[in-house]
Amino acid sequence: MKPISILLFWTILIQYLGAQTPDSLGANKDAVYQRPFIFEGQKGNLTAAVGGYLEANTNYFSTDGVSEGFSMEMRRFNIFLYSTLKERIKFIAELEFEHGTEEIALETAMLDFELAPALAFRAGIVLVPLGYFNQNHDSPKWEFIDRPLVSTTLIPATYSDVGFGLHGTIPLNSLSFTYETYLLNGLQDGILANTSNRTFLPAGKNEERFGEDNNGSPSLAARIAMKKRGLGEVGFSCFGGYYNTFKKDGLRVDEKRKVFVFAFDYNFSFGKAKMLGEAALVKTEVPSAIGQAFGQTQWGIHADVIYPIWSGGLFGWENVKLNAAFRFEAIDYNVGIFDETGGNIGDHLLAIVPGFSLRFSPNTLLKVNYRYRWDTDLLGNPAVKTAGFQFGMASYF
Amino acid sequence: MKKWLTLIPLLGISLLSCEKLLPPTPADNEVLDGPMDGLSPTQLQIFLEGDEAFAEIFSPQTGLGPIFVATSCAGCHVGDGKGHPFTTLTRFGNYTNGQFDHLLHLGGGQLQNRAIPGYTAETLPPEATGISRFTPPAVTGLGLLAAVPDETLLALADPDDVNEDGISGRVNYVHPPSFFIPSVWHHSDAQGRYIGRFGKKAAAVDLLHQTVNAYKQDMGITSDFDLQDPINYAVTSHPTDPVADPELPAATVQSVVFYLRTLKAPAPRDQHDPEVVQGRQLFMDIQCGKCHIPTMKTGISDIEALSEIEFHPYTDLLLHDMGAALDDGYTEGSAGSAEWRTPPLWGLGLSANAQGGSIFLLHDGRARSIEEAVLLHGGEAEKSRNAFQQLSVQERNAIIQFLESL
Repeated sequence: MKPISILLFWTILIQYLGAQTPDSLGANKDAVYQRPFIFEGQKGNLTAAVGGYLEANTNYFSTDGVSEGFSMEMRRFNIFLYSTLKERIKFIAELEFEHGTEEIALETAMLDFELAPALAFRAGIVLVPLGYFNQNHDSPKWEFIDRPLVSTTLIPATYSDVGFGLHGTIPLNSLSFTYETYLLNGLQDGILANTSNRTFLPAGKNEERFGEDNNGSPSLAARIAMKKRGLGEVGFSCFGGYYNTFKKDGLRVDEKRKVFVFAFDYNFSFGKAKMLGEAALVKTEVPSAIGQAFGQTQWGIHADVIYPIWSGGLFGWENVKLNAAFRFEAIDYNVGIFDETGGNIGDHLLAIVPGFSLRFSPNTLLKVNYRYRWDTDLLGNPAVKTAGFQFGMASYF
Repeated sequence: MKKWLTLIPLLGISLLSCEKLLPPTPADNEVLDGPMDGLSPTQLQIFLEGDEAFAEIFSPQTGLGPIFVATSCAGCHVGDGKGHPFTTLTRFGNYTNGQFDHLLHLGGGQLQNRAIPGYTAETLPPEATGISRFTPPAVTGLGLLAAVPDETLLALADPDDVNEDGISGRVNYVHPPSFFIPSVWHHSDAQGRYIGRFGKKAAAVDLLHQTVNAYKQDMGITSDFDLQDPINYAVTSHPTDPVADPELPAATVQSVVFYLRTLKAPAPRDQHDPEVVQGRQLFMDIQCGKCHIPTMKTGISDIEALSEIEFHPYTDLLLHDMGAALDDGYTEGSAGSAEWRTPPLWGLGLSANAQGGSIFLLHDGRARSIEEAVLLHGGEAEKSRNAFQQLSVQERNAIIQFLESL
């Protein structure tokens, strides 16, 4: 081939390639730049946002007269990343720093792909739809500093898991019905293999669940809810599946054991008062050999009432709201009777939390809580009493 | 703004009253836990390390099992008090040719009736004919009991009942473990056995012996002192759990031993109450104090707070024949199967706070009240029991009041 022919060939080829869209035939070395958000950003079509929230508080607690003194706690610093590439394709991620850098976790990273309002696909690391709190746990939304115990020690909030599923909203007059359902890797062996000496679902949140299922049998979570405009929402949810590693390398190494969680939640406004709470029932298959310290049935509730007692201007802020709040909590971690004595198994608690919040804006508030808690041990001995004061602030940014 | 500023002093007053909204500290004689007086800051630091280790709950990831009875020391000795039937230990063996066989090849002498997930718990083998259940004892004041010289126990012993009072307490000679280091006052017999003083049968020579055994036999936790997990021989002779042995360093075991040595002795209550005073006198009059000796004295100890201290445990740390009703056909060391070490009575009145609001007394928790426990005494205690039965209701109640005040 003559040099002029070679030159002509390369000129035509380069012209041809230059006419291609970058994402179809770009050079491999430039692949990192061949991403839609760059093109869409250059066109001005990109919708992306960064946000988050921060919560910090003080603690002064005493247990049966013994106090560790006064301390400050940086609870959480969470960063959100949100983007919509197309109108009905949404992405959100949440990175959580708990107690400084003591615990860093990718709490959410999920993609929503909506075919219709009643049918959307969701995939990624999703917040499991179990009760109300798990998906709605941002501190600036709550008048209390501590999270509800039923939501964190029975329902293992914040419980996120790798999942695929569907969700949607079906309106009907002044009502709307919502549903969510996902297949998940599920909770793991820590439910029993833990240092809490009780059946404890939060210990089943092994980080490995983000990589693979420990037993190859997905769990299922679902929530249905009904919302009435101007009144509130009630929801029913459930979660279930095998939690233990019953096979390894194809060999059966243990019996299959299931865990189920059933939850009911509500969130209402009655006049000025806001009432919200949730109840959960946990049923866990427990091998009898491990002993009765590990309960097969657990239940718990929390009920919050929030009532605005003043609003007005304060220190140059407009429409500041002072709320009185009260929480009641009860949990029984082990429902049953001892084989040895026929007496009731203990391991339960009660707590009350009166408090005030001062909302300078819907997204920023100061909180003052007083907390009194009675913990009864497994044997049912006189309750250990813990009480204390907390002052905190939380804000979205 | 002024309105808000007036809230500041109100807030200050509220904060000052905060202490009233916190749970009160229980009186020192209402709880069993806590260090004894006179410890140095360094000793308190070790005490706290031991306290933390005592409370540690083990999981399969930290060495629990594979077979076990409880998941922590504190799980059996809640608040350092007596245990509950839920954590009662089962020990077994049989008599073969007049010798007691602990059936070690079948997983004896202690049953591990629980197992981590995926493993099989032990069941009693059919060969076990001597079976006894041991309710965990309170652990307070153990350092004082450990510091009583052997010569005191030998002086209290009267194995041949020379004084003819019907009470013939004797020491239990046991073979100590290889890690036992005798102090100058430890006494051994011609066979190289030492005097045991801890456990229902007085089969543990010191608190290290008792602690290492409890870690292994009760929790399946190996340590530098004992490297082998308990084995369920019905499944395999190969001990295994997911954690490499030793699962606990010697330093942690020693900190727990220090904790046990320096736990305070139970403080009595209502000592000037007339009924308690009367009960104490009656207790001595009917010879209960012959075995439940009110006062003992420690020897010289490496911990100054334990050195040459007079204290009131209500025990002689000796073995006594308690009669056929309490004979389970099981034994340890040189003890007879009907012989039991006199349990200290201090802290008796606080038992219910650790046993779930009820009380479970005697070695296996069979007595559901102090009176029932007294009435189940036999053997060397038969005379005292009969004398107790002869008392009026008011007098018996006075003795019970006295015992509850301890």
